[in-house]
Amino acid sequence: MSEQKTKTAETQKVFLLGNEALVRGALEAGVDYASAYPGTPSSEIIERLSHEAKKRGIHVEWSSNEKVACEGAGAAAVAGLGSLAAMKNAGLAVALDFLTHCSLTGLGDQGGSMVVVVCDDPDAHSSGDETDSRWQARFAYAPMLEPTNVAEAREMIRYCFDLSREYDCYVFLRSYTRLSHGSSIVELGPLPEAKKGQAHPDCSAAVNPYLGKVHHVMALERLAKIKEVFETSKFNEYFGPEDAELLVIASGNGVSCGREALEMLGLEDQVGLLKLATLWPFPTELVRARAKQAKQILVLEEVDPVVEVLVKDALNGTEAASVPVLGKESGHVPMAGEITPDRALDALGKLTGKTHQGPGEAYQAKLKQITDEMLISRGLTWCPGCPHRASFWALDKAVKAEGGEVYVTGDIGCYTLDVFPEGKCQMNMLHAMGSSIGLASGLGQMHKFGWDKPVVSICGDSTFYHAVLPGLVSAIYNQANLVHVVLDNSATAMTGFQAHAGVGYNAMGEAAPKIDVVKLCEALGVPVTVADPFDIRGATKALRGVMAEGQGVRILVLRRACELVRMKADKNKPYKVVVNQDKCKGEECGTCYSKFRCPALLKDPVTGKASIREDACPGCGACASVCPFKAIEIQEVAK
Amino acid sequence: MSLATDPYNLIVCGVGGQGNILIARLIGRILAENGYHLAIGETFGAAQRGGSVFSSLRISKKHAYGPLIPKGGANLIVSLEPLETLRLLSNFGNENVVTLSNTQTAMPVGVLAGRAEYPDVDKLRRAIQELSAKALFTPATDIAVELGAPIVSNIVLLGALLGAKLLPISEEEVKQDMASTFPPSKLELNYQALQRGIETVA
Repeated sequence: MSEQKTKTAETQKVFLLGNEALVRGALEAGVDYASAYPGTPSSEIIERLSHEAKKRGIHVEWSSNEKVACEGAGAAAVAGLGSLAAMKNAGLAVALDFLTHCSLTGLGDQGGSMVVVVCDDPDAHSSGDETDSRWQARFAYAPMLEPTNVAEAREMIRYCFDLSREYDCYVFLRSYTRLSHGSSIVELGPLPEAKKGQAHPDCSAAVNPYLGKVHHVMALERLAKIKEVFETSKFNEYFGPEDAELLVIASGNGVSCGREALEMLGLEDQVGLLKLATLWPFPTELVRARAKQAKQILVLEEVDPVVEVLVKDALNGTEAASVPVLGKESGHVPMAGEITPDRALDALGKLTGKTHQGPGEAYQAKLKQITDEMLISRGLTWCPGCPHRASFWALDKAVKAEGGEVYVTGDIGCYTLDVFPEGKCQMNMLHAMGSSIGLASGLGQMHKFGWDKPVVSICGDSTFYHAVLPGLVSAIYNQANLVHVVLDNSATAMTGFQAHAGVGYNAMGEAAPKIDVVKLCEALGVPVTVADPFDIRGATKALRGVMAEGQGVRILVLRRACELVRMKADKNKPYKVVVNQDKCKGEECGTCYSKFRCPALLKDPVTGKASIREDACPGCGACASVCPFKAIEIQEVAK
Repeated sequence: MSLATDPYNLIVCGVGGQGNILIARLIGRILAENGYHLAIGETFGAAQRGGSVFSSLRISKKHAYGPLIPKGGANLIVSLEPLETLRLLSNFGNENVVTLSNTQTAMPVGVLAGRAEYPDVDKLRRAIQELSAKALFTPATDIAVELGAPIVSNIVLLGALLGAKLLPISEEEVKQDMASTFPPSKLELNYQALQRGIETVA
């Protein structure tokens, strides 16, 4: 862990990332088993735990998807161990199939514990959506807690393990980008002796949710007991005067934003703030008691009005039923996006008439005028030397050759950048992990309904193992007409190069069986073609070839290691790439810099001709085959 | 040296890959050791390479603040790229903000492709000056290139920050932190980069 001891060493205060604080708390709780599939902002949890795994005797793995990760962690808990599964918000949807059952069964009678960490991404900083996982706790009949800062994250996850053990159920800990990727000072607790937990799966008993109705009742009874505990939990705190007429109820990131806004408006002595960290089961009595003296309640949270709805529900039928509960549903806080100090200031301003003095009008006018004139966006694109740029170039050529009438379904990974303005905009539809093949298998049946154009689905190697395999099997079985392209760059590049089943090593960096995409696909009994994306003509030809075959499922593996993987393995550039200025047609053509758009290629502002940025060029040579005038030349580099 | 305001809001920004997170955390660790409450906010993900990235540091003697800086609330912006200084000013600028910018530009991909224009460099500099109470510029990348390692631009900029005496941290503390977190083989180069940075402003 990248922790740094401070001068006050006796108190063991260290500076940690939120995800590192969660790891530290889990280690202090004696976690034995941890599993996850990478997803921003959750990935650092398993990464950091993997560094501790060997020395502390913990099993740490990158599972092929979140459901598998939760099932592994669930089994470890049933065997009497302490387990942790981590995921981002989208991953929870994958895992819920198992988790909804696991709440009904409990964790067996071997004294195990299980914590499921879900890291939401309010504002969708690095996600396709900003879905709010807090709803899912109620749906899954599982308790959920939410830390309000990094220090609390360490303490709270420890508590979650205790709660899990005591009440024989897994516990959700909800994190969010500003916690997972925020850093602060954390006071550490003692680490237990590094020793492996003893596994004792009880072979005599069945752990299954049938009869579902009976177990449902038991799960509800368990939640009722936990609710009593949450009513007086130390994680819920009240700040401010006892007789406050305006009560702010905040959770997660809303707590620091709310406290800061109150401080900026000088309202700390007038307005109360109830920090809620136990979200489900909801501590209704606590809220009712605090609401008694209030004339108005404002709820600060992100993303959905979860707490807001639960507060209204709690007050319904009580003497505080007429107290207005304001927030998202009343329009005081926007319904989408993360909570910020400014949103808290706005909401409090609307209720109190107090405003914060920001920059003066003259400054703001000047700022607006200058930024309107000068500020341009950076855009998102693939790295120099990324094989995906070449793959999509080849796809673009192949699609054009088909007269443009090809339906392309995409998936989740670096190749998703295709849909941004700096990509090739080839993908027509893009959804969840594995959706490429599922969508294509539907489109691949459309010939029965009079639509008979080529269908191409695209996924990466990590995604292939995560959720494409079942869809692929289904497409083959149901004889869908489609081309499935695997962009195999030997990496889970987008989230930071975590190991997966195809790379030959595991989460700890130890050698592991390498499951080969090509062999696996061949075993499914469909034609498999392999091409190199950097051989753009060859890749285009291969794509056109598999599209022309017309019937059934055909697989094309475009195989080339991620440039960042290559750089690590081989410091030498494969080629020196130069632009022959005599052959370059400059703006007449512009194919390389304005269409291929590798960031290492630029248009010379004076001559308009192409130029290579030596510092950025990885020497892949892909651009050479893009130039219609053969003006980009590659020279072998002596090793 | 104490902070001009409490909380003191520092932004370290640049383009993905320039090392802004490294210097933000280094500064954060030292301030934490010196008894300040501290929170750092970062987002990482799709903007890692070539995109706009920034870290926000909330520094206080009173209590730990949340990681998000209120709009118009920056006290100091330290930037590895001048266009990014302007970008952060657009959200967090105010009449009293101090800025320290690397002079080296990093072109967005749209500019390389000839589809967008990077603002005129002198004009950009004047704009930053106009929007800052005090605007410092340092050729951090040029110095790093002279040292044979463009990668240490961030450390040169950190040196300039020390030279300008904008934060209550000392050269000695920075070196101590480096000694415990950097690979030993890279220490000498980074000390040099730091020294050259200090000299540009001192």
